[in-house]
Amino acid sequence: MIRLTLKEQPAVPLEAEVLSPDVMAALSHDAIRALPVFLGKRQKRVDDFFAVEGELSDELTIGGDATKVKWIGRGMTRGRVTVSGNAGMHLGAYMTGGTIEVSGNVTDWLGAEMSGGLIRVRGNAGGQVGAAYRGSPSGMTDGTILVEGTAGLEVGMRMKRGIIAVGGAVRDFAGLQMKGGTIVLRGGAELRTGAWMMRGTIVTLKPIRLLPTFAAACEYNPTFLRLYARRLGELGCAIPFEDRDGAYERYTGDASVPGKGEILVWNPRG
Amino acid sequence: MERNGVRIVDTFAEAFGMRAARVVITAQSPGWARTAAQSMTGFATSVIGCKVEAGIEAELLPHETPDGRPGVSVLLFAFDAEGLTRQLIDRVGQTVLTCPTTACFDGLPHATERVIVGGLLRHFGDRFQSSKFLDGQRYWRIPVMEGEFLVQEAFGVQKAIGGGNILILAKDQRAALAAAEAAVDAMRKLRGVVLPFPGGIVRAGSKVGARRYKNMIASTNDAYCPTLRGRDGVSSQIPEGANSVLEIVVDGLDRPAIEDALRAGIEAACSPGVVEISAGNYGGKLGKHHFHLHALLSRQDPSPPSMNRSSSS
Repeated sequence: MIRLTLKEQPAVPLEAEVLSPDVMAALSHDAIRALPVFLGKRQKRVDDFFAVEGELSDELTIGGDATKVKWIGRGMTRGRVTVSGNAGMHLGAYMTGGTIEVSGNVTDWLGAEMSGGLIRVRGNAGGQVGAAYRGSPSGMTDGTILVEGTAGLEVGMRMKRGIIAVGGAVRDFAGLQMKGGTIVLRGGAELRTGAWMMRGTIVTLKPIRLLPTFAAACEYNPTFLRLYARRLGELGCAIPFEDRDGAYERYTGDASVPGKGEILVWNPRG
Repeated sequence: MERNGVRIVDTFAEAFGMRAARVVITAQSPGWARTAAQSMTGFATSVIGCKVEAGIEAELLPHETPDGRPGVSVLLFAFDAEGLTRQLIDRVGQTVLTCPTTACFDGLPHATERVIVGGLLRHFGDRFQSSKFLDGQRYWRIPVMEGEFLVQEAFGVQKAIGGGNILILAKDQRAALAAAEAAVDAMRKLRGVVLPFPGGIVRAGSKVGARRYKNMIASTNDAYCPTLRGRDGVSSQIPEGANSVLEIVVDGLDRPAIEDALRAGIEAACSPGVVEISAGNYGGKLGKHHFHLHALLSRQDPSPPSMNRSSSS
C-alpha cells in the first residue's frame, strides 16, 4: 500500500491528478515522491505536500484534510484509493474502474463523466455529482456513486448510464437533462428534479415537489428495481421494492423536452 | 453386469452435439413461474418434430434468481445457435411475456456466445419500451397491460449434448412405468440436464428413417416393440420375459451432467419386474458422444469430458 499524508493544507487548490493507482502502482518510493503536482500555475513535487510511505501498490491511502486537493483518482482504471478525511473537486472524474472510498466530505464534480468503477463517500458531496462538464454532451456513462450524506446542485446532470445513490437530501436540478441511468434519492430533493430529462430513472424515497411537466402514470413495483435493490443492497444501500412495504408512484417526463424519463416516488403502505 | 438383479446390457447410448440455452423465469409465486416454464417447454420433445428440445431443469429459490423472486430454470436444446435463437424468441415471446408477473433472465451468464432475444422482443413495446443497463447487461422493460415485462437483451448459448438415453425393458407395462418413474425422479434431482419427453419418459422410441415410407425422417423402433417380436423382418432386441419397453432421453449441458443423470437413472430403474437396462444407438455412426453403460456404472469414463459444466445464475 502507498500511504500519502498531507503535511499542511495548501493555500490554493492543488491539482494532483497523479494521485491515482494507474500512475503510482509501478513506481518506486522515490519516483512517487518526485511526481508533479500543480499549486496554481507552479509545478511542485508530491513530497512538497505529502509525506510518502510505501511503493509498488495499486492501493493508495491519502490522509489529512485534502479538501483543496483536486482530481484525485482522475481517469483511474483499477486499484483502490482510500481518502481518510475530505477530498477536493473532481474526485474520480473520468475514472473507468477501481474503487474510491472517502470517509469525509467531497466537493463538486464527484465522478464527473466517469464510465466505470465505484465511488463511495461517507459524508456529503457538492454539486454536479456524476455530471457532464460544461459543454460536454454526456455525464457519467457507467459505474456507481454512493453518497451517504447530502449532495448539491445538478446531481447526475446529463448522465447516460450508471447509478448515483444519495442518502441525504439533494439540492435543485437533480437529473437535469438526464439521458439515462438511475439516480436514487433516499433523502428526497429540492426543486426542479428531472428538469429536461429525456430518459433514465429517478427514484425518490421521500415525496418531492414535481414539475408540472411530469404526468402521473400508475402505482406499482417495477421488476427492474429489484435488480437495483439487490445491487445496491450489496453495497449497503437499501431501497424498498416489496409490495407488502408499499409501491412507487410513476411519473413520466419531462414533457417539455419531450422526454421519456421517469420519476418513481416511494409511497409506503399505510 | 447386473444391478439389483437386473441385467445391464454391454452397450452404449449414442448422443449428439447440440447448442443449449438456459432461461431463468421468475414470477410473483413459484406457481406462476412454473406455469410459464411449463408453457414454454410444451411441444419441445424432439428436435425432429419440434425443432427444439426443452424441459424444466430446476425450481429456484428467491436467493438463486436475479430479481430475488421464486423462479424456474429451463434448458432448451437445438442443433445450432440460429435455430435456438428462433425458438427462444418465439417461446419467450408467446409463453413468458404473456404470463402474469413473469420476468425472464439469461441463465448462462458466462457463455461467450450470446444471442439477442429481449433485444428483438422489445419491439412488442411499440417504442414505448425502455431499457436499463446494469453490470454490463441490458434489460428491456416492455410495457404490458399488467405492468411491465422485464427481459434480458441477450442470452448465452453453449455447446451441449442431446440424446443421452436408457431403455428399460420390463416384464410388463406396469413394472416398466414404475421403474421409469423412479428413474425420472432420480434424474430430475440433478442440475444441468432435462428430460424433454412427457413426464420424462418416451414410449415411442424411434429408428432413423423408415423401411417402407421414404419420406419419413424417423419411424417406430421395431426392434424394441414387443408386439413385433417374432415377426418376419424384425430383429427384436427384447429378451425373453420382457413385454414392455420405455425410454428416458436426457439432454445435458455437458458430458458429466449426462453421465451423472444416466447413472442415477439406471440405479433407480433397477427394480423388481425390470428384466434388462439397455440404451439406444445407431452403431456409433451418427453421434459423436457415446455413453457406455458398463463404464458409467463402474465409474470408468472411456472418453474425457468435452465441456465444463455451467452453474445456474
